[in-house]
Amino acid sequence: MDDKLTQFGQDVWWLVLAKVLLVFVFLVLMTLFAIWYERRVVARMQVRPGPNRVGPAGLLQSLADGLKLAFKEDIMPKMADKAVFFIAPVISTTCAFTAFAVIPFGPTVSVFGEKTPIQLTDVPVAVLLVLACSSMGIYGIVLGGWASGSTYPLLGGLRSSAQMISYEVAMGLSIVAVFMTAGTMSTSQIVDAQKDTQTLTLGGFDLTVPGWYAFLLIPSFLIYAIAAVGETNRAPFDLPEAESELVGGFHTEYSSLKFALFFLAEYINMVTVSGLATTLFLGGWRAPWPISLWDGANQGWWPLLWFTIKVLLLLFVFVWLRGTLPRLRYDQFMRFGWKVLIPLSLLWILTLAGIRVVQGSDLTVQARLAVVGGPILVALAIWMFWPDKRKAIEDPGVHGVDAAGRIGGTEGFPVPPLNLEVPVSPRAQRVLGERETVSTSKES
Amino acid sequence: MTTADLLLVALGAVAVGAGVLVVSTRHIVRAGLWLVVNLLAVAGCYLVLAAELVAWVQVLLYVGAVVVLLLFAVMLTRAPIGASDDLDRPRWPGALIGGGAGLGLAALFVSGYRWSRVDLPSPGTATALGEQIFTAWVLPFEVVGVLLLAALIGAIVVSRPDIGSR
Amino acid sequence: MSLSPYIPIVGLFALGAGFALFSVAIAPFVGPRRYNRAKLDAYECGIEPTPQPIGGGRFPVKFYLTAMLFIVFDIEIIFLYPWAVSFEALGVFGFVEMVLFIITVFVAYAYVWRRGGLDWD
Repeated sequence: MDDKLTQFGQDVWWLVLAKVLLVFVFLVLMTLFAIWYERRVVARMQVRPGPNRVGPAGLLQSLADGLKLAFKEDIMPKMADKAVFFIAPVISTTCAFTAFAVIPFGPTVSVFGEKTPIQLTDVPVAVLLVLACSSMGIYGIVLGGWASGSTYPLLGGLRSSAQMISYEVAMGLSIVAVFMTAGTMSTSQIVDAQKDTQTLTLGGFDLTVPGWYAFLLIPSFLIYAIAAVGETNRAPFDLPEAESELVGGFHTEYSSLKFALFFLAEYINMVTVSGLATTLFLGGWRAPWPISLWDGANQGWWPLLWFTIKVLLLLFVFVWLRGTLPRLRYDQFMRFGWKVLIPLSLLWILTLAGIRVVQGSDLTVQARLAVVGGPILVALAIWMFWPDKRKAIEDPGVHGVDAAGRIGGTEGFPVPPLNLEVPVSPRAQRVLGERETVSTSKES
Repeated sequence: MTTADLLLVALGAVAVGAGVLVVSTRHIVRAGLWLVVNLLAVAGCYLVLAAELVAWVQVLLYVGAVVVLLLFAVMLTRAPIGASDDLDRPRWPGALIGGGAGLGLAALFVSGYRWSRVDLPSPGTATALGEQIFTAWVLPFEVVGVLLLAALIGAIVVSRPDIGSR
Repeated sequence: MSLSPYIPIVGLFALGAGFALFSVAIAPFVGPRRYNRAKLDAYECGIEPTPQPIGGGRFPVKFYLTAMLFIVFDIEIIFLYPWAVSFEALGVFGFVEMVLFIITVFVAYAYVWRRGGLDWD
């Protein structure tokens, strides 16, 4: 066991119980709040008020919805595999809850004379635990879709799981750079590693930036952010719930509290990826720059506030994306994940590793050039000689419409003719006709 | 008996029980689920034996990836809801040989290591494992890379003869 | 190594599972129950349901290929993690090893790409 982690797992039993309960309550409250928040923010973006009737400013709306769901009929479809249909939402929810166990909320505080960190627990491989939980959450989706005994949920479940595993790769790769820089996989130590401000030398200027990995490892952060949206099945990557294609996706047949559990799991997953992003890239519970000048900012219970604010800001980005971007097509989405995100993250990892190897070693100039130049040459060579199949099927755009009204020749999709002349509406004809008669009568 | 011993025995029992259910259930997807339980129990055993990284790798890879692949493969071909009777083929000679071999091996291990005491090695942290893999076990590591290459090429050759070399 | 840091994780797991099981278990008793044959059928937007015939519902093999790719990359990631954590100690040798490994896997990836295994249509 690592020396720095000895403070974990030493709590007295009532403290453990209290922390477990608090994390649970935090997640449930965050879910209730996030649903309301999302609906309000999207409503503002669409210039309408949003839910504002239940409770102050509509805050209790999601609670009311949840209670209402509990009193709805619980439908068990005729064709369903009853046991698996029953267990699928439980798997989803349980994995979602468990993943949050290692997220740090704050530093060590004293509660009734007991010194304890504001974090449920931490282990040397904490981030792996979060990843493992999120990969086990896939079972809830694929099994829920399969057990419904219906076509659309099965398709939705398969799609959803294929999507999640694709973006899990990108997510896993984006975190490697963080481990490399921090030298650890434990969440509390990663937060610790982002404590100090760093000095970057850019073209002769010394820039002092926060030690947050979001600044130091920008590509990783961006890839993580994109992958997190894909991983949680949120817009614009909410293909499993593409209503026009799949009805409701894997939970089409679910109703009542089982549906509520899937919903809960989705929002908890959102909170978890936001919390993980905060921990890995945004300095965790540490106060942002202007506030961090105040000495007390990173002590006591204040960090809880900074952490929650950061998570809420990230949740806002989720909502913002949903309010702004249209849904991607499935093939575009998979292409983006496999052909863009994964090669980019691998390249970034190797680049970063190369830079650090060169910085950390006492190599000669030639060796340094070889280490830096070699991979670049290889990458260039691959890029130059990459067989470009796409040339054969050129994207003709709108102008490539042939006589049969198809785009892209006989292999393309049939589309309605784009040069069709719209017939003049009868009303316009009448108006036009009347004018003409008037003008002719004047002239004759 | 320490707590760790008790945990190990309990997890082993879960693993064996789930393993028996994997081969005895007639629901093909539920067999996959019992396999998940079995693999999780084995991961728990690793954890008790202080191999922390290996335990979570087991969960990530076997539970999170390999069984998902199995489920996909089952759903690609056939995944009927309900029991499939053709899964149950009483092959007593095979069952006897399999069970006998398993029990025999277990007995051999028990008799061989019954009174010997093995202290747990230092915890299998990521740092320790990383230094081991990338200094002492370089060749196997690179061979794993070649194995993955072969697996992927094999997968595409077998599964997509239709897309050929365009 | 002591297992005590895992106790809270088991606690949260138990609480989450208990909550979920409880919700799922009480749902049939809290809600109403009004029988309707159509309600229990597969939902397909109101048309007569056309469920996949038993044993005949087949899916594009692309899903399988995606899962296979996922396993390969997952294994690569799993090797990257210990490497990243002990990166400082490994130095140039570790870097070269990992470059070789990534290139090997990348060859497989490029092959799949070339064969069109990454195209969805």
